[in-house]
Amino acid sequence: MSDVVRRPALRIAWLRPRLFGHRLSVTAMIGILIVVLNIVAAVLAPWIAPFGESDIVGDAWADPDPQHWLGLDNLGRDLLSRMLFGARTSIGLSLIITCLSFSIGILAGFAAAVAGRWLDILLTRIVDLMLSMPTLIFAFIILSVLGTDIPVLIVTIALLDSTKVFRLSRAVAMNIAVLEYVEAAKVRGEGLWWIIRAEILPNAVPPLVAEFGLRFCFTFLFIAALSFLGLGVQPPNADWGSMVKDYRDMINLGYATPLYPAGAIALLTIGVNFIVDWMLAIHSKGHGESA
Amino acid sequence: MLRLIAQKLALGVMTLFAASVLIFAGTEVLPGDLASAILQNNATPETLAETRKELGLDRPAVVRYVEWLGNVAHGDFGHSLANKRDVVEELAPRVRNTLFLALYAAIIAVPLAVGLGLAAAIRQGSIFDRIVNVVTLMTISVPEYFLAYLLVKFTAIDNGWFPPLANVTDESSLVERLYLTFLPMLTLVLVIVAHMMRMTRASVLAIMASPYIEMAILKGVRKWRIVVKHAFPNALAPIISVIALNLAYLIVGVVVVEAVFVYPGLGQLMVDAVSKHDVPVVQACGLIFAAAFILLNMSADILAIMSNPRLRHPR
Repeated sequence: MSDVVRRPALRIAWLRPRLFGHRLSVTAMIGILIVVLNIVAAVLAPWIAPFGESDIVGDAWADPDPQHWLGLDNLGRDLLSRMLFGARTSIGLSLIITCLSFSIGILAGFAAAVAGRWLDILLTRIVDLMLSMPTLIFAFIILSVLGTDIPVLIVTIALLDSTKVFRLSRAVAMNIAVLEYVEAAKVRGEGLWWIIRAEILPNAVPPLVAEFGLRFCFTFLFIAALSFLGLGVQPPNADWGSMVKDYRDMINLGYATPLYPAGAIALLTIGVNFIVDWMLAIHSKGHGESA
Repeated sequence: MLRLIAQKLALGVMTLFAASVLIFAGTEVLPGDLASAILQNNATPETLAETRKELGLDRPAVVRYVEWLGNVAHGDFGHSLANKRDVVEELAPRVRNTLFLALYAAIIAVPLAVGLGLAAAIRQGSIFDRIVNVVTLMTISVPEYFLAYLLVKFTAIDNGWFPPLANVTDESSLVERLYLTFLPMLTLVLVIVAHMMRMTRASVLAIMASPYIEMAILKGVRKWRIVVKHAFPNALAPIISVIALNLAYLIVGVVVVEAVFVYPGLGQLMVDAVSKHDVPVVQACGLIFAAAFILLNMSADILAIMSNPRLRHPR
């Protein structure tokens, strides 16, 4: 590109900090801001929330006043405090599920790529089978029998989600597993675990980081959708999905109440997607300046 | 080509069969079986054993699976545990409603998405392209119920253009139905148009990078003509599979949208059945959803084969 086009970008360069050696795009900075705010709210909820998660502090659906900025909810609980605690439940739960799904998916995916043909065929067939049905429907079927306790939710969603992680990490590892240094490690007599951890994992990190963001969005939306349908997090715990469900009737009375938790869900996923979009862009461009 | 299509058909049937095993296994073999689900807290060893016998759960799972599949093949899904009604009777109107909504959304979404995708590809890098890119990225990111409640708030409640609830009955006329289900349809359209449009744009642009397009550009052919006449026919196969994938997505999106608008569809029925542990209904709904999903994926594969000129004219 010519110097004439580059110059204006340099002038505002100090406004655009770098991350991983790449200049952040404007949308990525917005995304990071959103994510950081949400994490702060989630971590500090017990200290910054004016009231407790399920404390009843007044009449149901009381209007906002100086003590209760967003008003009170269907049982007379402070809406702002519920939102802050909801961030804790929704984000925390999704993070746990995503981490679990990644551990299972990466381990199985790498093992399939490294450990030989029959394991690969077996794992791929199982995953194909699990993907032959829509994830939500599959989750319904399991939850209809096992109920909707938090541990059941975590394991079910993590297992269903790990199928997608498996596909990606298997493909990534397949490309790495044929490289000379992996071959060298095999010849040296290193074990399967060592090859996965020391040879393949460090080289598979960039695509997997972006995927982590996408999978987080997916589990976050998925658990919120389940809660919204009444099959996810159960009361009295505050989480954004079930808050939308609890407050839905207010929309017909002309209030925007269910839009607060729904908007919070939307905002966080948009933020994460902005960051992932930027990561995928620099990943596909390779090294160098990114616009 | 016929052999390829036959292969895909066989694969589809096999997948459907596997899905039925999975649905049956999921509801019947998992720990915490049907009997304890029905009895909940009233379960004592004696009542548990009695209920198991009543439901035929004391026989081996394989036998029950074959029996269940045989009945399903004859159109008998058993009786609901919650209200003892015949599942098929309960299901039929729900399936009609859900199909109606999904078709309504698909008929509007597909041409719109392909048109917008082509337009964005023709004007790649323009303001229009960038605005569409950011807007669709945001539409994809937000949950359906957020879009739905936004629409309800601003079009139904504040202005009263459309009804906030889609409470159709069997007596509703077609025009009435189209009006009542306008907002659920619009929500679904917004979500899947964003997906389909982005993928259409991406697959047209991928083709645009090939040498024969460069040739056409150097020849001086106009941009829209290159896209429509040269790139689009070759991008058709990926676009068709994108459309089918998104229609498959529609099946799941419909569950949430039905809940928002209290629309009497299959999704609502399944959600109710899941919370009531009504296993026969869950199995039936699951099987229908899975069949629709598999059918759409299979037709995507077959249409992609048929739209590929290299496979259409065997040497």
